[in-house]
Amino acid sequence: MNIQMNIVGKTGAQAALGSYSANHSLCVRVPGKVQLTEKDQSASPQWATEILAIRDRQDQVAFARLFQHFAPRIKGFLIKSGSPADVAEDCAQEVMATVWRKAALFDPSRASASTWIFTIARNKRIDVVRRERRPEPEDLPWGPEAEADQEDALALEQETERLSKAISALPEKQRALIQRAYYGDLSHRELAEETGLPLGTIKSRIRLALDRLRHEMK
Amino acid sequence: MSQINHHLTDALLMAYSAGTLPEAFSLVVATHISMCDECRAQAGSFDSVGGQILDDATSEAISDDALAATLRLIGGAAPEPRAPSTRRAPSTFPLPLQDYVGGDVDAVRWKRLGGGVRQMILPSSSEASVRLLYIPGGAAVPDHGHRGTELTIVLQGAFRDETDRFGVGDIEVATEDLEHKPVAEPGVACICLAATDAPLKFNSVIPRMLQPLFKI
Ligand SMILES: [Zn+2]
Repeated sequence: MNIQMNIVGKTGAQAALGSYSANHSLCVRVPGKVQLTEKDQSASPQWATEILAIRDRQDQVAFARLFQHFAPRIKGFLIKSGSPADVAEDCAQEVMATVWRKAALFDPSRASASTWIFTIARNKRIDVVRRERRPEPEDLPWGPEAEADQEDALALEQETERLSKAISALPEKQRALIQRAYYGDLSHRELAEETGLPLGTIKSRIRLALDRLRHEMK
Repeated sequence: MSQINHHLTDALLMAYSAGTLPEAFSLVVATHISMCDECRAQAGSFDSVGGQILDDATSEAISDDALAATLRLIGGAAPEPRAPSTRRAPSTFPLPLQDYVGGDVDAVRWKRLGGGVRQMILPSSSEASVRLLYIPGGAAVPDHGHRGTELTIVLQGAFRDETDRFGVGDIEVATEDLEHKPVAEPGVACICLAATDAPLKFNSVIPRMLQPLFKI
């Protein structure tokens, strides 16, 4: 069962403090303002909470929830990217194992949980399917404040939510093209210079978080 | 961080995020992102698009044993602690490039190309090639046109061509229609990293004869 959280305006801050109990009912510590429906809604902030629970407490229950949500999607994503089902299943397990091992590297002020897990799944695909190395940018040094700024994280969450809606609202043809690009169906030469994606605000959000990190390092 | 005026295109950043760029291009992109927070943030926004695609992907049933199997993979190990932040000494090459070279600029094993120009070809997958170029101050890079896409990032010094000036961190994206004559600015030698998905074609006879010899 999946549960949708509709977050209205600033209540994202409170929603992120909520946590799921084992039977999937939502416990929100700050009452009101968070609505639940039974529909699937994957961009909900609870996934960040699960990753932090793995990092801080090696929380296997949180991991199981994360697994239930993401492993089938990772498998679906890899199959769409051309992997045979058995390879996709093995890779999904390895991706989820990496989520556990690297939980301390998750920074919710720079990427949502889905985004971060996507990057792990993508790297797995490059490694296994394309058998190539992927050069990664030098990581930013972590500031003395190891914890991501909570407000940055929530603001990014809301922008991610908006981006998700914007992608769903794209004309079918354009959305299909973007999906093909991410499923590895299009080469860089086939990509249009204008993506038509509204990335301006989410980029500014990430930029602010980077500036803050750089500032803390000074 | 120095002032960067020439950035990666959205098409390149999206392909990097989607994981479809040839390794040689990815190395140039990762090198630029290491030096440029604008493009780092834009790459992050393209990763967010990937996150949405993953969220929207059709769920495929996984085996009943999958969670247990994954926990066996983890083997009871605690998540790895984040490495303590260490400020490293300033370098000419960002870390992803140092990985390919085996060190900073003093570790490069240059091969002479004539006219003071030197290069080192770096290992990468066969779809595209990538090399470091050393061009003495004031010297011209051999005149060449392109058949594919060529990405060049400046790591030291600067060069100019018909289009503009390119300083440290700047990226030039050259496509088939650009026939250019880059010249290093006088002074310190210009060092750049250049990736191409087609063999370079040189317009003068002698470099073309040298081509097989030097793997240009
Ligand atoms: Zn840039």
